[in-house]
Amino acid sequence: MKKTIITAMIVCVTAGSTDAGNWTQFRGPKGMSVVTDRLPAELKESNVKWKTDLPGRGLSSPIVVGDKVFLSAASGPDQSRLHVICLDSKSGGKLWERQFWATGRTMTHEKTCVAAPTPVSDGRRLYVLFSSNDLLCLDLDGNLVWLRGLTVDYPNASNSLGMASSPVVADGVLVVQVENDSESFAAGINVNTGENLWKLDRPKAANWTSPIAIERDGRELAILQSSAGIHAVAPRSGKEVWYFGGGASTIPSSTFGPDGVLYVPANGITALQPGSSTKDVKELWVSGQLKPGTSSPVIVRDRIYTVNSSGVLTCGAIKDGKRLWQIRMEGKKFSATPIASGERLYCVNEDGLLQIIDCSGDEGKVTSSLALGEVVLGTPSVAGDAIYVRSDGHVWKIGG
Amino acid sequence: MKKKLVTTALAVLAVCQLQAVSTAKLKEAVATVKAVGGEGRGNVAASEAWRTLSQAEAGSLVVILSSMDDASPLAANWLRGAVHAIADRELAAGRKLPVAALRKFINDTERNPRARRFAFDLIEQADAKLAKSLVPDFINDPSVELRRDAVQGVIDAADAAKRNGKKDDATRGYQKALRYARDVDQIQKAVGALREFGQTVDVPKQFGFLMDWQVVGPFDNTEREGFARVFPPEKGVQLGGAYPGKEGEVKWQAFTSEDEYGLVDMNTALSMKKGVTAYAFTEFEAQAAGPAELRLGSKNAWKIWVNGKFVFGRDEYHRGKRIDQYHLKVNLKAGINTILVKVCQDEQEQPWTKEWDFQLRVSDSTGAAVLAKNRRPTPSAALNPPKGGKKGY
Repeated sequence: MKKTIITAMIVCVTAGSTDAGNWTQFRGPKGMSVVTDRLPAELKESNVKWKTDLPGRGLSSPIVVGDKVFLSAASGPDQSRLHVICLDSKSGGKLWERQFWATGRTMTHEKTCVAAPTPVSDGRRLYVLFSSNDLLCLDLDGNLVWLRGLTVDYPNASNSLGMASSPVVADGVLVVQVENDSESFAAGINVNTGENLWKLDRPKAANWTSPIAIERDGRELAILQSSAGIHAVAPRSGKEVWYFGGGASTIPSSTFGPDGVLYVPANGITALQPGSSTKDVKELWVSGQLKPGTSSPVIVRDRIYTVNSSGVLTCGAIKDGKRLWQIRMEGKKFSATPIASGERLYCVNEDGLLQIIDCSGDEGKVTSSLALGEVVLGTPSVAGDAIYVRSDGHVWKIGG
Repeated sequence: MKKKLVTTALAVLAVCQLQAVSTAKLKEAVATVKAVGGEGRGNVAASEAWRTLSQAEAGSLVVILSSMDDASPLAANWLRGAVHAIADRELAAGRKLPVAALRKFINDTERNPRARRFAFDLIEQADAKLAKSLVPDFINDPSVELRRDAVQGVIDAADAAKRNGKKDDATRGYQKALRYARDVDQIQKAVGALREFGQTVDVPKQFGFLMDWQVVGPFDNTEREGFARVFPPEKGVQLGGAYPGKEGEVKWQAFTSEDEYGLVDMNTALSMKKGVTAYAFTEFEAQAAGPAELRLGSKNAWKIWVNGKFVFGRDEYHRGKRIDQYHLKVNLKAGINTILVKVCQDEQEQPWTKEWDFQLRVSDSTGAAVLAKNRRPTPSAALNPPKGGKKGY
């Protein structure tokens, strides 16, 4: 009992920050897909710590806060049942589950589903968005704090192919991009009340990219990517700080490198040096050799990695965007973004083959793989020294 | 042993945290939650009320479920979350749910259909065997989700009869399934099986697709601006009238869908064009006044008016189409109701952007067809669709 209390206290303390060991959003801390944790160097069946059934479909990533793993899922003939699930990271056992009804449209392309956006946590609460534009805020014990039905509020905000943008918390504000051909908008939402702090009209065009938070001159900005380009806005006001036109991808999202450069999926990859205003933004280079598919770029030290939809992994130099090497990974279809740990990349293909690519040499090399045997579209997550991967039916903890 | 001790301790802790929630407090909390509005209005008060609700005893489950009857979709979600929290807590602590009361609640078909299905799920968690025994009685239930399980049981039995060579039993089973099914996949399954047995099925009538239309166009939709522009048919339909169209004078012309899923294909009616819009008009003679649903599928931008009143519109192009893609609640008057549909085509050139069409049916809230008094017999082409032919879904 004493141990339980101590553990609970530790969780309370660590839950207030996004320190190592937590994976609180799509692509992890700062949306960089990079971890310092020691992930397993080899993938094998015995590394699978647990595998837990899920009550519905999903390609959202698990997120991890303390010793709790959170997932979203959707079930029912029309995917109108929305699930938020909390698992014990040690055992994979269910700690709690809450169900809700979709209040917006649930139609999606058959490949994706209603539980596509990845939840985000600020360490105290969980913010869960679905393709139906239902937005839920719960505390880490499953108590409902607030909810929104963004399609109830804005009836033409939907995409018949499905929505997928994952929300982010920037400067204490929940930022959502609900961008589509019709009622397209982005909003900053008060994390305590669920009310709008601001709402911006956005380009009327389908967009599945996720906002990211970047730090510049000591303040956090929200980066909104769309077919029009990049808008950097102040999270508390929604006011534009700078803009970069010329277009950008509507599927893979930008990555903010540790070098302070924003790597945007645009004309391949476009490297941007953010500024204090639009005129200060510098285009450092554009490389058509690094064009990603659906996965987002990953930056590790002086390298940039991209994966196209057929599994070609390309490594480039961040100084000029020149391609250094290219390999074809195992499998033919890739959707998920890789995770980087040291010199290794962890990639999973759509057939559920998780593989390690050793990038320490002159060329990448697949050194180990593990067949999970199910379709995996979502990006893996990492917490501690374990990888979490989910399919429509299961979530695995590997390593740790 | 250690794990068991911790579990027991947690259960004891949970009981200690439980506070008896008085009826008055429960009522007040429900009212607070039901007052939530759009754009987050009322969330702060609802959050506190939700805590009260979620701490209520299991005996309050039916009270909360009952309160969903007149709750908005957002309020219903707050209430659902509270019910789930109570049930989760009770089951985790090894306590029982009030199965008899939940069963009584389910049997009251006047209650909120989704709340009744949720009550069924709770019974399933508490007593799976009992839940299974209840399913066949849901075959004609107003809850589409409860009905679906019962229909699936009938389909499964028909499939088994078919496998065992009992064609008559299987045919009766599929016919029964077709009579009660509301979900498209189950209807299609039954239709396919009956056709294999040589039966003719009137699919358009089964769904209530509107087949007979007057159409006019094309009008201009260059750069998608025609969606917002008001062309003459929106000011009043005069079937004998002629209007200036995109390429000259245009007149209303009759069009009857020959698609088993009621596709109104403007490329067939008006020839294949891009950057255009057109209108389709029909009269629906309702047997009686009352609420109904227009269920529309289209991958083009569209607007719809009933009896001259705008219902809804959507300017999305080529992102997908399916039967019942949009559910639009309307009130029909007894006798003739006019329905006007505007359907727009953009200027994209990709192969998947050729379709310029819609399908529309009238149903009740469960999806059962509401048939017009002036409905004409289904065209034979729609009764005997070619295998592998174009389908309106």
